[in-house]
Amino acid sequence: MSLAKRIIPCLDCDNGRVVKGVQFVDIRDAGDPVEVSKRYCDQGADEITFLDITASSDKRDTTIHTVEAIASQVFIPLTVGGGIRKLQDIRNMLNAGADKVGINTSAVLNPQFVREASERFGSQCIVVAIDAKRVSKPDEPLRWEIFTHGGRNPTGLEAIAWARKMVEYGAGEILLTSMDRDGTKSGFDIALNRAISEAVTVPVIASGGVGNLQHLVDGIRDGKTDAVLAASIFHFGEYSIPQAKAFMRAQGIEMR
Amino acid sequence: MTHIAVIDYGMGNLHSVAKALEHVSVRSGLQAKVSVTADPMILRDADRLVFPGVGAMRDCMAEIRHLCIDEILREQVREKPVLAICVGMQALMQHSEENNGVDCIGLFAGNVRRFPEHQKDANCNVLKVPHMGWNRVRQVTPHPMWQHIPDNDYFYFVHSYFVDPHSPVEIMGQSDYPDPFCVALSHRNIFAVQFHPEKSQRNGLQLYENFLTWNGQP
Repeated sequence: MSLAKRIIPCLDCDNGRVVKGVQFVDIRDAGDPVEVSKRYCDQGADEITFLDITASSDKRDTTIHTVEAIASQVFIPLTVGGGIRKLQDIRNMLNAGADKVGINTSAVLNPQFVREASERFGSQCIVVAIDAKRVSKPDEPLRWEIFTHGGRNPTGLEAIAWARKMVEYGAGEILLTSMDRDGTKSGFDIALNRAISEAVTVPVIASGGVGNLQHLVDGIRDGKTDAVLAASIFHFGEYSIPQAKAFMRAQGIEMR
Repeated sequence: MTHIAVIDYGMGNLHSVAKALEHVSVRSGLQAKVSVTADPMILRDADRLVFPGVGAMRDCMAEIRHLCIDEILREQVREKPVLAICVGMQALMQHSEENNGVDCIGLFAGNVRRFPEHQKDANCNVLKVPHMGWNRVRQVTPHPMWQHIPDNDYFYFVHSYFVDPHSPVEIMGQSDYPDPFCVALSHRNIFAVQFHPEKSQRNGLQLYENFLTWNGQP
């Protein structure tokens, strides 16, 4: 007996509303983030991830108020990502009630930021988000590289080495998104998740591609991850969290 | 009206602890007053103390000593119920292995040790450190703080170090990772937990609600 595996609903928020781009095109409104978080918490979600995708930085105050409102009503861990660039951004989010912050582009631009952040606030609250894309040809050994800006900008960084480096710099957790699978509903990139999870000593959260409940099981069992993150399958009522947990439990995965 | 003071010694954010206490105080109709403070006057005046903690032990103990929180705790544990959480619990032991060794407050006999790396579970999966996530808590000793909480149910943890008390009779709860370790400890009117009640949804809120009315007796 050890830790239960976690289900983490992800709320992509634009200007104070939960949205989810399907294949990055039509952004469907999925409600008020406080209401949605509360509902997931009551249904048994193990954590909540709040991802701020608001384009303009002058709307950051909206995000802080939303995080405060969620944290006053939701008594499970809350991770906030999107636009975390300075130590002060982290301080603001933690003060607003976040337990962890997700760092993505800023880690690529300045890896030392992860080291400074973990030394200041502790590794337990630093989640490094990695967006990886398969770059090897079908007949070559598997290779993934890090991309930024929603998968548009290549960095040339090899994913496994990058994940190891981020852990060495103090990341307490890795949120791993497959840019090939994100939005496709065709399942996680299992080989990617497994490669990263076996390479690092911290928990890995699988993200990108969930379309059904079997995908969640595969991510944990075959991808060797500690948690699974999903958005659209929960937002639009295709599946509920209790349903997902019952399905995973029935396949021998320990769930809360 | 009961007054709960959450001891703020500048290490980490106490927003969640205070919000959860306020939430159960409204929910239970007890209307407790919740303060977040390091002011000795307020700490002495409060009916109950919550002693949380996040971060590295060396920095925590430095702040605790700087603000004389250790002296206040030693004096106040004779007077009122005290709930210690996570690093707050660890700080009550005699010594911690963290940061090459740190002397702690010493209200409980025993030490704070790090989880060994590369341990495996029954399915040969490597157990990661920090121990982060939801684990089951066995209520090895009955206690009023456990009331209305199912035995062997889940609480949320984030830590790399755990307490190893000398006296087994003080152990109220245990979890496995993979070996059993102490996650709840009590002596007279101190109750200390390794997990985070404010992040443990239903069970955690119930533990806080129990603390609002606990008379400090086992």
